[in-house]
Amino acid sequence: MNNYPQILFKNRRPGATAFLAEYEAGGGYQGLRAALKMAPQEVREQVKAANLRGRGGAGFPTGLKWSFFPTDQPGEKYLLANGDEMEPGTYKDHQLLLADPHQLVEGMAIAAYAMQIPVGYVFLRYAYETCAQNVERAIAEATGKGYLGRDILGSRFGFELHVHRSAGRYILGEETALINGLEGRRPNPRSKPPFPAQFGLFGKPTNVNNVETFANVPHIFTGGAEWYRSLARTPEGAGTLLVGLSGHLERTECFELPMGIPLREVVEQCGGGVRGRRTFKACLPGGASTPFLTAAQLDTPLDHVHMEQAGSRLGTAGITVFDETTCMVAATLNLARFFARESCGWCTPCRDGLPMVVWLLEEIEAGRGSQELLDMFRDQVKNISGRSFCALAEGAMGPVGSLLTKFGDELEDHVKRGRCPIS
Amino acid sequence: MSELLPQVQVNAFRAKAAAIEHPHELIVDALRAVQAHHGWVPDAGVDLVAELLGVLPVEVEEIATFYDKIFRRPVGKRVIHVCDSICCWADGGDAIAAHLQKVLGIGFGETTSDGMFTLLPTCCLGACGEAPAMMIGLTTFGTLTPEKIDAILDGYRNEA
Repeated sequence: MNNYPQILFKNRRPGATAFLAEYEAGGGYQGLRAALKMAPQEVREQVKAANLRGRGGAGFPTGLKWSFFPTDQPGEKYLLANGDEMEPGTYKDHQLLLADPHQLVEGMAIAAYAMQIPVGYVFLRYAYETCAQNVERAIAEATGKGYLGRDILGSRFGFELHVHRSAGRYILGEETALINGLEGRRPNPRSKPPFPAQFGLFGKPTNVNNVETFANVPHIFTGGAEWYRSLARTPEGAGTLLVGLSGHLERTECFELPMGIPLREVVEQCGGGVRGRRTFKACLPGGASTPFLTAAQLDTPLDHVHMEQAGSRLGTAGITVFDETTCMVAATLNLARFFARESCGWCTPCRDGLPMVVWLLEEIEAGRGSQELLDMFRDQVKNISGRSFCALAEGAMGPVGSLLTKFGDELEDHVKRGRCPIS
Repeated sequence: MSELLPQVQVNAFRAKAAAIEHPHELIVDALRAVQAHHGWVPDAGVDLVAELLGVLPVEVEEIATFYDKIFRRPVGKRVIHVCDSICCWADGGDAIAAHLQKVLGIGFGETTSDGMFTLLPTCCLGACGEAPAMMIGLTTFGTLTPEKIDAILDGYRNEA
């Protein structure tokens, strides 16, 4: 059924991992060869021209981020791959590293050359032990073939790469918390500025990108920036997206799809529609921190610009679908509990505000709501947003805020009836 | 110290810490190594890691208590982490958690009387396409049903 161009998943086979021989046979490390023939600045420009945007959730333009990096500063500098991937509904980096880990290694080698960075780390969450072993093997194979190491392919540029295995906690996906985690310090986020590009790992210039973001980079150098942009369905998008489907769909798998594909096509064609011929009620379009979208918004193209226009975010493109039997108050309560538990406890709006949101939703869902509690709930949403130290509480308020704007009637109905009208 | 960490690893951590500029970066690795060998990290494990890396015990403790996959209290031979995040919740995760509590005869945070299993909740395991999911040790199991859970638990019991 899948006629979509497969770029990142072209070597993906069920239950198998593509290592060096298969990766090279499919054109692997040709992107690195091409990039090494260019000047570092040209490499950065090409990534900018390709309009690659970060796949970790924030969607920041990758080439622009690289252009802020103090490339010419001598001495220690670090390149980090964020493979924490603990946003509920998100499992695409997992699938990518199970299928084809060399893409990450090659993408990081190109990025390291573009920013003249000598050392990199791949940060992986506790649950991804198989991925850690795959990446370690890929690093060893790449080092053996001269794609990593002191003098990469005779270019006189050197880059060494290490794997860090973490030990749990969602907050590590925040880039400054991740840096503290790598340093072996308590992983609370750091205050910005200074940004990691100036003061990152061990106080040195550091660039952090998501795993999938790096995996896109080699293809920009084998196919060119124009070809890469043309993979998207919309002029606002560029390239392909790894879309992990979950929730109430017939098929909950991870697909590589053109950026800008309408949400409806993803749900109906790839996901096979809502399970059991039920109807679509809502979805989280890009992970647990993205505001809900409703059935009326199914024609929204999956790119950063259109998803923001629709009042949500592309996020990590992990799409969780809810059918009409789902109570949106209960779903939001589950999400709020996640964020409250994963708060690092550093700042008051997050540490104290999120448990307050949880308590209010528990009361309302259990039929003990009142207009006073509803008012308190609205106050919390208003007062937590924009006041927390990092993006965790802001992300928590994504679905919570959209419960008010998209499902306000359902919320009020809980209070009026004194019980959950659905479950 | 052999019950906390094999001598070969003691020597390896000591040597590596002496050779690098920032020995703190080994704290998570060393805690995971103690836990892999000893099952959990007792106070003596925190002190050992601090001594091996040349850092303060409190600097190790503030790491050990931050991460939910480092255990500072005794756990069973196998730790079961059941996902309670949104995708598993939407696909019957509550019933899976209830079944595990019933067949193990314990609640969350408890260990079976034979010392075999500890049951803990966890956030998303990155197996959202195969919800509901759980992780035992470092192995993830998806598309769980009560029958499948019973077979998995039997497998671990028979291996013991």
